[in-house]
Amino acid sequence: MAHKSDLIATDIEAYLKAHEEKTLLRFLTCGSVDDGKSTLIGRMLYESKMIFEDQLAALESDSKKVGTQGEDIDFALLVDGLASEREQGITIDVAYRFFSTDRRKFIVADTPGHEQYTRNMATGASTADLAIILVDARKGVLTQTKRHSFIVSLLGIRNVVLAINKMDLVGYSQETYDKIVADYREFATHLGKDGEIPFEIMPMPVSALKGDNIVEKSAGMEWFDGPTLLEYLETVPVQQAQLEKPFRMPVQWVNRPNLDFRGFCGQIATGVVKVGDQIKALPSAKESKVKSIVTMDGNLEEAIAGQSVTLTLEDEIDISRGDVISEAKRPAEVANQFETTILWMAEDAMLPGRTYIIKTGTIMAQATVAEPKYKVNVNTLEQLPAKKLDLNEIGECNLHLDRRIAFDPYDDNRDTGSFILIDRLTNATVGCGMIRFALRRSSNIHWQSVDVSKQARSKMKGQRPAVLWFTGLSGSGKSTIANLIEKKLSSIGRHTYLLDGDNVRHGLNKDLGFTDADRVENIRRVSEVARLMADAGLITLVSFISPFRSERRMARQLMDEGEFLEIFVDTPLDIAEERDVKGLYKKARAGEIKNFTGIDSPYEPPLDPEIRVNTVEMTAEEAADAIIVELEKRGILEG
Amino acid sequence: MNAILTHLQKLEAESIHIMREVVAEAENPVMLYSVGKDSAVMLHLAQKAFYPSKLPFPLMHVDTTWKFREMISFRDEMARKLGAKLIVHINQDGIDRGIGPFTHGSAVHTDVMKTESLKQALDKYKFDVAFGGARRDEEKSRAKERIFSFRTSDHRWDPKNQRPELWKLYNTRKAPGESIRVFPLSNWTELDIWQYIHLEKIPIVPLYFSAKRPVVERNGTLIMVDDARMPLEPGEEPMMKMVRFRTLGCYPLTGAIESEAANLTEIIQEMLLTTTSERQGRVIDHDQSASMEKKKQEGYF
Repeated sequence: MAHKSDLIATDIEAYLKAHEEKTLLRFLTCGSVDDGKSTLIGRMLYESKMIFEDQLAALESDSKKVGTQGEDIDFALLVDGLASEREQGITIDVAYRFFSTDRRKFIVADTPGHEQYTRNMATGASTADLAIILVDARKGVLTQTKRHSFIVSLLGIRNVVLAINKMDLVGYSQETYDKIVADYREFATHLGKDGEIPFEIMPMPVSALKGDNIVEKSAGMEWFDGPTLLEYLETVPVQQAQLEKPFRMPVQWVNRPNLDFRGFCGQIATGVVKVGDQIKALPSAKESKVKSIVTMDGNLEEAIAGQSVTLTLEDEIDISRGDVISEAKRPAEVANQFETTILWMAEDAMLPGRTYIIKTGTIMAQATVAEPKYKVNVNTLEQLPAKKLDLNEIGECNLHLDRRIAFDPYDDNRDTGSFILIDRLTNATVGCGMIRFALRRSSNIHWQSVDVSKQARSKMKGQRPAVLWFTGLSGSGKSTIANLIEKKLSSIGRHTYLLDGDNVRHGLNKDLGFTDADRVENIRRVSEVARLMADAGLITLVSFISPFRSERRMARQLMDEGEFLEIFVDTPLDIAEERDVKGLYKKARAGEIKNFTGIDSPYEPPLDPEIRVNTVEMTAEEAADAIIVELEKRGILEG
Repeated sequence: MNAILTHLQKLEAESIHIMREVVAEAENPVMLYSVGKDSAVMLHLAQKAFYPSKLPFPLMHVDTTWKFREMISFRDEMARKLGAKLIVHINQDGIDRGIGPFTHGSAVHTDVMKTESLKQALDKYKFDVAFGGARRDEEKSRAKERIFSFRTSDHRWDPKNQRPELWKLYNTRKAPGESIRVFPLSNWTELDIWQYIHLEKIPIVPLYFSAKRPVVERNGTLIMVDDARMPLEPGEEPMMKMVRFRTLGCYPLTGAIESEAANLTEIIQEMLLTTTSERQGRVIDHDQSASMEKKKQEGYF
């Protein structure tokens, strides 16, 4: 790996000393398949002598076999990794490349330019300090250039290199270059608020294939007096802005090796902390002073953004993982409802009303998403109405968390203002987002405490409140069985209420249809009603198809431990369809009813219900008896 | 205090952050300790991450029984010095079947004694997260590897189905039986590793330094005769040469290079002036094109 420096051979100690002082720059490259993105990265690796001879030999043979440059070296092959991609001739994921010069180490996030991979670009952008946006000089500013720029601005990148590539193919024309730069600047005014361009633009004319203005100045473009790409990347200032912001450290882990030591571990997100500084722990808002900044290499007097440290405090205040230690005078905010921008990253759409797990900083919580205010057409930046967000869609959306957390708006702090959303069943990362601001109502609506409690109300009735949740296909016998059980419970003096799917849709939920999104909202409302009834001390029977596991789980989590019983009325589709009491299956098969569960809308059977009844082998009466026996066994019928 | 962190300080802070996330969220983590230079750095970073506490997880070495003897003594000494819990796992089934690199070739040996053995050990101790010292710069298919890499309950890696990793927000949730391999050194390069060892004075196995060692030359590769199990071809005579190793593994599968570099700065100097990549000394990569990607899908680290 022949680094150019002569010091290597003559004075290795001096060389190492110099290189240990290097800084780090992370950037991403955006461009489409044909913009020459892989070629650009390959060229930088090659020019900075990061390619070994054995790799070069492999590259030469690969270039002849599958390359697109004839007998010339195809630099793109250096960067395209997985076998399946190499065969397809495209890059399909985020790849990270490394090279270094005498002044800096670089980590390059190489992300694809296809429309369906917006999420990959966002992933690469989330950790980048700078973005290189590639434009083909022959084509100028394209739709995809706009899309890439939008995502770059969305993820808060403040430095953009606008690399007008393939200048060799337009005769190194300054006129062409100037026009593209002017077009781009005009477009970029639409990215920020009030016509402000949200990032610094550094335009430069290059040819990745020929090496013009990459490392060496171009002989064909003497009219350009700016730096070469590598010169710029080596010198562009980053990090500094992070130090001027207020101190924030999300607590990762509490270090307690013995009773005398209690340290709070974390990586400093922004700002500087010194011994003796007054800090505030959030959300508790308890204050203390920094007693020591502990590292294995000895205690520090101060630590700065980016460092992983362990803080000890003067006072014994309760701090745990998920809390944010902040500068006392300029603390982080605390709220549980936010306006956010969400990028959806999963095949299954984001459904309003559904609850996901949110991870922000070191906090994990439950977050329910509201209906998007709008989604953004990433090609035109147009705001469109939306009921849900599909894969790779970006929208403005309110989030409601199950608890108050410390945060900063993303524009102020990438670490304490970013989040991911996780599906509760598959555990997949399904979305990511940025907190814009806290909704006022989260601090204005207080929980009114009442003196007559749930315990008091149920004691008066001489019973334990419970929610018996019947789920199953249409025609499975849910309502028949629920009705029988309510009669049996009434006869032994229990106070009950039966919420039936059809009946509720005539009143409370008459505005809802049968799309996935409406089904989720249908269940959310009825779950809340069931919770209020349980709070009133009633035994509540809920008879709803409730086809999705996720919403049944949401309902379960609203109730107290042991209060929710899922009763699966297990009737196979063919039997339910054969019964077809209401004639609905016939209509659904005929296409007269859309989104009918079991026909053209899925039913997700419970994996682990408290009670399962089989209506093929037993009558409704027998099923009801079996359920009563099970309820007795579980102590639900105790006074 | 510098106003700006150096690249090594940034890499260090990132690795420590990753390790603390794992310890805060995993149920039963383990650190795979392969005794090489990357493991040495990983172990050093782990000490820093949890100081003044001791390591909050055990170290595990998957021993193929063909490692250099000096690796084994170094391993035991490190564990003793740090007071760390060390688990050594050997695939007994492979031993019973007499699997070895000379009798079965590198592919079968690696598969049974390393890949299979690792899966066995993870199942046996029910580790849900395993730290590994792999780096993205090692090999092309590694460049796309996540820092938190998901494995199905049968330890398979599906390159098309990895979770997106944004900011520093690692999603560690998983179903029972699934596991995560975590690579805290993902963003380090070989040069970073050496510079950091130099800067932090991290102890490494002496095999990295040149010394007179008995070697034979086979297919252009110098193999060290580390013990009597090595069958010599007729007329083959071990020669004493000044050699060292750029990577460490099973001695019959690890090529030595002739070198005079006997200390750290000389090694780095030699590396900077050299013209072949690190993995070239490993027999396993040459077996087939895209071999590393295939091995990873099957559960190789």
